[in-house]
Amino acid sequence: MKRNKKSALVYIVWGYIIWSLVPVIIAVIYSFNDGRSRTVWQGFSLRWWFTDPYASVFHNPETRNAISNSLMLAFATLLVVTPLGITLAIGSQRIRGRGSHVVQGLTSAPLITPEIVVGAALLITFTRLFTAVPLGFAAQLLGNVTFSLASVVVIVRARLVSIGSSFEEAARDLGATRWQALRYVLLPMLWPSVMASLVVVFATVIDDFVITSFLSSGVNSETVPLRIYSSVKGGATPALNALATLLVLASFTVLIIGLFGLSTWRKRHGERGGLRAALADVTQMEN
Amino acid sequence: MLFAIPFYAVACIAFGTIDPIFRDAVPQWNPLAWDFTQARQIFASLATGPLRGVAVRTVLYVACAMAICFLIGFPIAYFLARHAGKRKLLLLVLIIVPFWVNYLMRMLAWVNLLSNDGLFTRFMRIFGVNYNWLDGSPITVVLGLVYGYIPFLILPLYATLERLDWRLIDAARDLGANSRQAFRLVTVPMSKAGLVAAGILIALPMFGDYYTNDLLSRSPSTEMIGNQIEFFLNASTLPQNGAVLVIALSMFLLLLMSFYLRSTRQQTRQTAR
Repeated sequence: MKRNKKSALVYIVWGYIIWSLVPVIIAVIYSFNDGRSRTVWQGFSLRWWFTDPYASVFHNPETRNAISNSLMLAFATLLVVTPLGITLAIGSQRIRGRGSHVVQGLTSAPLITPEIVVGAALLITFTRLFTAVPLGFAAQLLGNVTFSLASVVVIVRARLVSIGSSFEEAARDLGATRWQALRYVLLPMLWPSVMASLVVVFATVIDDFVITSFLSSGVNSETVPLRIYSSVKGGATPALNALATLLVLASFTVLIIGLFGLSTWRKRHGERGGLRAALADVTQMEN
Repeated sequence: MLFAIPFYAVACIAFGTIDPIFRDAVPQWNPLAWDFTQARQIFASLATGPLRGVAVRTVLYVACAMAICFLIGFPIAYFLARHAGKRKLLLLVLIIVPFWVNYLMRMLAWVNLLSNDGLFTRFMRIFGVNYNWLDGSPITVVLGLVYGYIPFLILPLYATLERLDWRLIDAARDLGANSRQAFRLVTVPMSKAGLVAAGILIALPMFGDYYTNDLLSRSPSTEMIGNQIEFFLNASTLPQNGAVLVIALSMFLLLLMSFYLRSTRQQTRQTAR
């Protein structure tokens, strides 16, 4: 009886995994279709990736523009949000007593606020209140910073909690100033959480559709997700599948580099936990 | 310095997190642009007027999608937490993969499969099912929501179930409970806070979703509140209506969020014990 139940569960799990992955794999395969159709297979070719001089992903000017916009937005957000997030995490960690609950509630609220609410709010803010910020890259950058800041704070703070205050206190006892203790003891120990947040923020920003779309100003600030969204609606060639595949590849590349970096760092510094701990680091906040 | 950092941080955090709540404040900042008759009208319209259909549909779709998500997601999380054994890491990785696949890519994949000459449509025709999936079908929209958000349910569920003390269930069995009773009287009450939190975690984005609907149906007959907001703010000359709807939506969501915060706090208290 018990065995039966267990094996039924196994089927459900594998069924789910197949259901969740196969459609995507099929979409990737069809990016190599020789015909113009995204649904009927007409043989293998690379025309939608490289060979077609106009319509392929790497040659189409609009697609290239979207790719460069996406990358610029992601890197700019990383540059702003990482130092800011670390500062905020350290600062909020030092708040003791009743205030700490409030602060924790406030930092986790944006993580669960639906993007449409954030996007609409920012759109209204930038078009009505801070009209100095034009829609387009600047607004998109600020919007993505607002949205992804919380995940950096949460990841870094989790690390701070697990480090505890003893190392910093030891450094202080040995004569380090508060700044030195922060700079030479605490910050190096934060490195894994910084790496994890770089990965998470990059993936969030490069995949972000709602906020970026609300704050875009037309073609010159079109990112890859926006381009995918607008082309799914019209009839598009398999180049669309190729573009979406590229997006998936980008986040997985960063994820794998991040996981690899995290586990080597852990190994070198004698911390336990291999791949699984690293996975936990990066997936913790992706919801 | 010790005081300056926290104060600076509080100011910044307040800034960073009030932003999402900004839109509640916006009407107060330019009172001229916002008069309450408009808001009252929209609220009335949501309750009894032309927007009622949208409101009811939103709740209905999300409720259906949630039910299906739990029906599929709970057994999977349960299996991962209890019986996965040696394969656990592999299964976890496979379940985490969709997390990192762009949402639009996953929807695009289904648009391809479900289109008129798509693989899935053709496959279903073998069984005599000739259905126009992408033409305003509520089934497609609900299944799209399920497909889109279920990974975000499974992982927190798994985290909750993994933290459970399974010895208590063994104890219940030893004390004479059959497996169903043990499940109902021990497993469910112990993991309730986590279940609620995980459910709300996917309910929130579902309520604000408009792109799934837009990609998979594009028909006014399946529109949800997110579509209305997007329409009013981006494509119409009536951004006020959009803003009022955002307020209505966020008031509703704030309620859910406070539940979420309460149940996560409950959960941390339980694990701390």
